[in-house]
Amino acid sequence: MSATHARPVGKRVLLMGTCLCDAFFDDVARATVEVLEHLGVEVLYPEDQTCCGQPAFNTGDWDASRQVARHCARVFVGDLPVIVPSGSCAAMHLHGNRLQFEQEPDDDIASLAARTWEVVDFIHNGLGVTRWPGRFDTPTRIAFHRSCHCRDTGTGAAARALLSSIAHAEVVPFGQAEQCCGFGGTFAVTFPHISAQMGSLKIDHIRDIQPDLLAGVDMSCLMHLDGLAAAQGRRVPHKHVVQILRDTLIS
Amino acid sequence: MSSVQPIDLYARRISDEKQLSVMDGTSTGTDKRYRILHADYPDPDALRRLAGAIKDHTLQHLDTYLDAADRALTANGAQVHYAADAADARSVILAILRGHGVTRLTKSKSMAAEEIHLNRFLMDNGIECTESDLGEFIVQLDDDEPSHIVKPIIHKNRREIATTFQREGVADDYNDDPETITRRARVHLRGKYLAAGACITGANFVCADSGRLVLVTNEGNTRFGMAPVPVHIALVGIEKLVPRECDLAVFLNLLGRSATGQQLTVYTEFIAGPRAAGRPDGPEHMHVVFLDNGRSDILASDCREILRCIRCGACQNVCPVYRQASGHAYRSTYGGPVGAVLTPLLAGADFATYADLPKASSLCGACREVCPVDIPIPDLLLRLRHQAHREAVPSPGAVPMSPFAKLATSPSLWRTAMTMSKAMNHLPVQVAPIAPLRNWLGSRTLPESRGGEFRKWIKRHSNHS
Repeated sequence: MSATHARPVGKRVLLMGTCLCDAFFDDVARATVEVLEHLGVEVLYPEDQTCCGQPAFNTGDWDASRQVARHCARVFVGDLPVIVPSGSCAAMHLHGNRLQFEQEPDDDIASLAARTWEVVDFIHNGLGVTRWPGRFDTPTRIAFHRSCHCRDTGTGAAARALLSSIAHAEVVPFGQAEQCCGFGGTFAVTFPHISAQMGSLKIDHIRDIQPDLLAGVDMSCLMHLDGLAAAQGRRVPHKHVVQILRDTLIS
Repeated sequence: MSSVQPIDLYARRISDEKQLSVMDGTSTGTDKRYRILHADYPDPDALRRLAGAIKDHTLQHLDTYLDAADRALTANGAQVHYAADAADARSVILAILRGHGVTRLTKSKSMAAEEIHLNRFLMDNGIECTESDLGEFIVQLDDDEPSHIVKPIIHKNRREIATTFQREGVADDYNDDPETITRRARVHLRGKYLAAGACITGANFVCADSGRLVLVTNEGNTRFGMAPVPVHIALVGIEKLVPRECDLAVFLNLLGRSATGQQLTVYTEFIAGPRAAGRPDGPEHMHVVFLDNGRSDILASDCREILRCIRCGACQNVCPVYRQASGHAYRSTYGGPVGAVLTPLLAGADFATYADLPKASSLCGACREVCPVDIPIPDLLLRLRHQAHREAVPSPGAVPMSPFAKLATSPSLWRTAMTMSKAMNHLPVQVAPIAPLRNWLGSRTLPESRGGEFRKWIKRHSNHS
């Protein structure tokens, strides 16, 4: 699943804000822009962007998902890196599209895959930022949820490295980290019982280490986990990794 | 139609006791596998990829290797049979047994035999067939179904087993001490071994170069089963071939570690052929029945990688859906991720009946990460979902995706919808008659809609910079 080719790195990038940030989590998209600009990167936001097509892809309706993916590829046409604050949407470009376009190769789709970066992966492995010049005011224990779409990408290690380098931050491992949180897109609503059980187990393991903050690279996982935790009256403060990077910056 | 998938409904109904047994057994299995593979190998993933490549090569040249195995087996003195489907395999086996006048036999654990429902068929034909694997023996006593590939009774606890033993007369009293249970089964099975006229086994591997059959167990039951009988029948899926004996070095090292966290299973049998000059032990007659039963069709499909499977059960252990729902939720011989792929494929024309199984996954990829033969299980689940959609198989709770595609390919409509989604913040969404929303809100809150806010911000931001 990891991109074996060298993806472009530059100080001018296209931002794919993701549909979830468009609808619910505007501050995550905003933090992405602010962090990248802090690093001297110019961020362009193509207005006609919508979604990567993954919801339809996962249900098996590949006619629908290919239409959306083609639209997406046309919106992000060119040679600039495409930066996504979501491991899941990035995986759709990098891997899902490869699968659904196997029988009908498409140059724009291939080009999109060759230029897509999950944002934390881009910062660490693309721009080469190894330490983050940030600081928490008080010692902060962070539980980092490496979402499933980042199992074998550079994102997990990148996020751990950057978060750990923040002054007063400690990334604390928790149990059964290889287990899924139970979101899984439409899975969350067609398997509501199993999804909620999986999420509750994840929350148990996270709460076991008594973190001050839950960090993630996919708002979908965090939305599901926080929604469950809120309904159960046991929320854990959570942020996307880019929000943490922005909020701890020493200016 | 329900808005919820069958496997989710099944998971809701299983007892806490059963769920706990499955959860315990699977998480222990996952931890043991991880620890031993990483302790013993600097890069276990490289080993998984090598095993996958060997299996892939074998499958690409399966006709050649099957011919080679046939020749080698025959030269060793075994008789080779071919069964196109389950019914064919059952009648081939029955004919062999009748030919040798066998009325009682023991059988070691074989997923292929489960797949063709061999036990019931033999019993119906007047042949007493005793399972000699402890787990399978308990399944048989309970008239239950195995729920895991290597741990058939992962869904039971020792109290249930002690009750079964007492009820079925294997023991005179109730005793749930594991060692006592095992000792009692051993005493009971000894009599069955001695009275049997044949032994049926599967095979974990068949070496195409030498015709050697490899069987792994932890109980030594295949060794016991074969020792006193004149007839050995091995039922083998055609995908069980490996090209050379030396390939076993890769597979045996991976199988034990992946399945049970053991470096090697306690017993590994290498069977070169029936009793002959220079081979003083074992049955005089050896029959190998190669089973197709849909495998050739799978080989021709875009899901052929599933035929690499060596039946270790690691994907079942790590799968969060399997852990919640148990193997029985999959309504077939093979449960969990491998079953979600294999079952609808083996069903052939009956694909639609099992088209819900590939949906039972969050596509988390944990199965792919642990698979000893590197099967891209999530990709195969997705291809099968695509097939189900192409064949218009109805799917409970499915959200129609063409309106989504319309919206997501019309930027101005999309932007309007995003802005309008903020209306949700002022609506009583809890009572909305929309199944997906209801299913979401059943256990979770929904975040506040902020539709279009980022677009507003970035516009202002760009104007200022």
